[in-house]
Amino acid sequence: MKRKLPWIMLVLFGGLMAAGLLLGEYKVVLEKAVMVCLDCIGIG
Amino acid sequence: MASTSKKKPRDRRAWFQAASALAMNAWLPGWLKGRIFQGNIKGVCVPALNCYSCPSALGACPVGALQTSFGGLRFNLSVGQKKFGLYVIGLLGVVGAAVGRLPCGWICPFGYFQELVHKIPSPKLRMPSFFSYFRYVFLAVFVVALPLLVVDEFGFGQTWFCKWICPAGTLEAGLPLVALNSGLRALVGFMYYWKVALLVLFLVAMVLIRRPFCRAVCPLGAILGLFNKASLFRMAVDDEKCVRCDECLKDCPVGIRIYESADTPDCIRCLKCVSSCKYGAVSYSFLKKREVAEDLRAAA
Repeated sequence: MKRKLPWIMLVLFGGLMAAGLLLGEYKVVLEKAVMVCLDCIGIG
Repeated sequence: MASTSKKKPRDRRAWFQAASALAMNAWLPGWLKGRIFQGNIKGVCVPALNCYSCPSALGACPVGALQTSFGGLRFNLSVGQKKFGLYVIGLLGVVGAAVGRLPCGWICPFGYFQELVHKIPSPKLRMPSFFSYFRYVFLAVFVVALPLLVVDEFGFGQTWFCKWICPAGTLEAGLPLVALNSGLRALVGFMYYWKVALLVLFLVAMVLIRRPFCRAVCPLGAILGLFNKASLFRMAVDDEKCVRCDECLKDCPVGIRIYESADTPDCIRCLKCVSSCKYGAVSYSFLKKREVAEDLRAAA
């Protein structure tokens, strides 16, 4: 089981990532990333 | 076997770290224009703490993206949008399951920066080991709980870690953007000075202590470290060869004794212990193939 665990996690999290991409979450991240993050620079 | 003239592995890692930092921040016109990169690849999260508001950043910071996802969750649910942050969680899980915290040791620009600052000659201090638990507090409170629970009238939470804590954002984005952009300079207030003061505090800590931010604060390190014990990439110590001379501790950028727990969540898998061990007791494996790294030991 210990040897299989990393592979199970890879499949599980890979599936989550794929689901997120299919749900359009890339666009959510993109929209945040292309705007200057005022919180990050201490002006928010 | 490597020849004696072969470049030391620590040097190779430094070059790798520098190249990675440059690759993640390759949009150099941003530094001239005082604006950030806005291409379509900016939505790709890099597995390292690299602020997406750095003028030259090509990708997104996963910690910022995670907070944005959690901060928008309640609004999204209220309007029926199925966006749960699965993309970022899945990506971090894939990286963690494959190599654990290895990106911290090899590609994180802020980790590299801390190692460079620590080279400044000064008395060096050891960080008490219980400080490493604080990074889970920062992860749970500032990255997950506050963005989820404290929301405005529309249901939007804030990026609390970016706003109140992250010195990488101040260093990579706050200082350059405010210096280069007069419009932003006019908006500087208490928050900016708070973050600059915090950055100065971390800079002093970096001089005195090895990678203090990574060890005590970084939420990304906290997440990836959770995978260290179960990732495809594994560290191992041969108890029969190890004499507990602590040579590995002297070289370790996060100040751990690898022989106490080879896959501890604190280990950033820089492999310095592999090269520093004169007895060949430390090794690593990936996809079941175990490497004692003869060339690394020979070069050390």
